[in-house]
Amino acid sequence: MSADTQPANYHHPALEFKSSSLTVPVLVLFSNDLTLISTQLDEKLKQAPEFFKNSPILVDLKFLTAKQLNLEFVAFIKAARDKALIPIGIRGGSPEQTRQAHELGLAVFSTHNTETNISAVKQEKLPAKPDQAEDADTFPATQLISHPIRSGQRIYAKGDLIVLAQVSAGAEIMAEGNIHVYGTLRGRALAGIQGNNDSRIFCKNLQAELVSIAGIYKISEDLDESVRNKPVQIFLEDQALIINGI
Amino acid sequence: MARIIVVTSGKGGVGKTTTSAAVAMGLAKKGHKTAVIDFDVGLRNLDLLIGCERRVVYDFVNVINGEASLNQALIRDKRCNQLYILPASQTRDKDALTKEGVGKIIGELSKEFKYIICDSPAGIEKGANLAMYYADDAFVVTNPEVSSVRDSDRMLGILASKSRRAEHNMEPIREYLLLSRYSPDRVKLGEMLSVEDVQEILSLHLLGVIPESKSVLNASNSGVPVILDEKSNAGQAYADLVARYLGEDRPLRFVDLEKKGILGKLFRSRA
Repeated sequence: MSADTQPANYHHPALEFKSSSLTVPVLVLFSNDLTLISTQLDEKLKQAPEFFKNSPILVDLKFLTAKQLNLEFVAFIKAARDKALIPIGIRGGSPEQTRQAHELGLAVFSTHNTETNISAVKQEKLPAKPDQAEDADTFPATQLISHPIRSGQRIYAKGDLIVLAQVSAGAEIMAEGNIHVYGTLRGRALAGIQGNNDSRIFCKNLQAELVSIAGIYKISEDLDESVRNKPVQIFLEDQALIINGI
Repeated sequence: MARIIVVTSGKGGVGKTTTSAAVAMGLAKKGHKTAVIDFDVGLRNLDLLIGCERRVVYDFVNVINGEASLNQALIRDKRCNQLYILPASQTRDKDALTKEGVGKIIGELSKEFKYIICDSPAGIEKGANLAMYYADDAFVVTNPEVSSVRDSDRMLGILASKSRRAEHNMEPIREYLLLSRYSPDRVKLGEMLSVEDVQEILSLHLLGVIPESKSVLNASNSGVPVILDEKSNAGQAYADLVARYLGEDRPLRFVDLEKKGILGKLFRSRA
């Protein structure tokens, strides 16, 4: 940032804008039947209640708009909030829904997946600071754990996490980087927890309750038989969770 | 310096008090001065299993509150003079226990006793936490079925993080797996988890396997720790367990199906 654009009282800044990229679950609606939506939403939330509690969500209305299905938008947002979800915005809505969203204090996002348009526009307004290096300049050390991680324990690693023993059912391991479990993974593993899409999970024996990379997750029921009880690596490809044997 | 053993599990009804009574009697009979403390305030059972319920005057909570001395509360067993019991209070609840109070009593007992066994209540609340807080060794009693195994796993996590040893970064509590109510028939039928299954899920050092046995109920009814019933399989298994804990190498018994001869098949009884 050049000197002439700096305000005079820069010496004691009260705030700062930073650009960041976050991963947020998108709730895509295929029906405008509020009762049906509510029932099915409850079922989905029950599968991983802690994950969804107070989770921000983006509501995708593309399908409904294309089929010209009218949704009681305000009632839907209220229902979502009642279920402890935090809708932060919508995309693909009709002009009326866009207006209602603004009234409810929700942002309206572009339907382009890369969202380069929106971020490009916003970039002009933010005081960009190219010389402010990413926080990941000092690469956080790998956390190494060599004892079994028991049910009920939670581990959080700022970098990579390596576990040299088993992870019991009911345990939760989280890392901002990669996760390696050189043992049986029976609990939950969440890698790339601050949004790193390139994080991977490696384990010697997959029996996990839930695996997640940068917020994209799969629960035990959805794991294919062909990858269970085997050494696997899990990574993201085009926002889809891929599980391959290694 | 006394060795403090906690007998814990997480799950209820798996055999903690039965084990505490048997192991305490076993160690005392080998000549080691042993005290066994009932931490289940309000639901005391240890005195019933040891057979001293008619001699309880003062209890654990009385001593913590300074209403009685440790010597007044400790009950000496009539069969083995190396065994002493500190019963729990039946009229109060776990809120009467305090960390400092428990620490003080264990400290006092440590001066005279070789082994102090803490019979933990079920659960992971205050009673169970205080029972394991000062422990050096832990016997994690587990039944070979899924809910008990999961609860034991949870308890292992708590032992590793909330004990005094964990909080002061000392050498961690030595954890031992004790598989109780084991039935080789049901394991063969696939109804029950096997020893290997449980060890795989918990990855813990196995101290012993106690078979399901009718003698356990008889023992608790008569107030005799089952280890004194030398004919019973469970009693013998506990004796093996105490020997193994003291360093002896004894093979695991009662884990394989008995080979029944003709007479065995005609008469279905088993000890």
